[in-house]
Amino acid sequence: MTYVTRQPLSIDQLVARVSSPACGGTCVFLGTVRNGPEEDGVSAIEYSAYEEMVEVEFGRLVADAAARWPDARIAVQHRLGTIPAGDASIGIAAAAPHRAEAFEACRFVIEEVKRRIPVWKKELRLDGTEVWVDPSGRPTGKPSHV
Amino acid sequence: MMHATSATVRVRFFARYAELVGRTEAEVSVPLPATVGDVVRRVRADLPGAGALPERPLAAVNLRQSKLDARVEDGDEVAFLPPIAGG
Repeated sequence: MTYVTRQPLSIDQLVARVSSPACGGTCVFLGTVRNGPEEDGVSAIEYSAYEEMVEVEFGRLVADAAARWPDARIAVQHRLGTIPAGDASIGIAAAAPHRAEAFEACRFVIEEVKRRIPVWKKELRLDGTEVWVDPSGRPTGKPSHV
Repeated sequence: MMHATSATVRVRFFARYAELVGRTEAEVSVPLPATVGDVVRRVRADLPGAGALPERPLAAVNLRQSKLDARVEDGDEVAFLPPIAGG
């Protein structure tokens, strides 16, 4: 399975890839397209990527996690393309013998994704406009207090 | 034996940078020895619209994030990466 898909993410598939009788805790993280008060009218986000690099960088990232939590089992997949508000854009499953490692490994993966995986998002807004989003989650070009 | 005096690199643009430059890739040549920063300067000077790119963008060489003082060789792929916003 590749790290990238254009289909809706399957939590069941992610969990199946990490499940093991040796693991007593499994942590699942889903990142979903948000349309809250801060966004004020996002219908969807269009995700694009440097796909060749995404694949190899995910491999390095998962290897880094495996080095830190050798007993953890990790699965991650990022969805690309146009994803409607409420749908998941990234899914992570981390299983480990004990819950602390599962939580820590899962958190590590999403934080490293934010830092290392070359994916970009453009908000598609209900008023028909499109806005590139900067890494802090604020639309590019908007005032910093927004 | 002749040593190459210049490097031809494939340059790739993504997301907002691709929109600014109006293309997703280009090929540029830089005299050797060359760094990522030399490629950035050549791109910004030579490609229409590329002057709008940052002087010090996040960059990757051959699928790995690289600093602007990293060396580039003939045949390398240099990517200009807008601020990463995945997840």
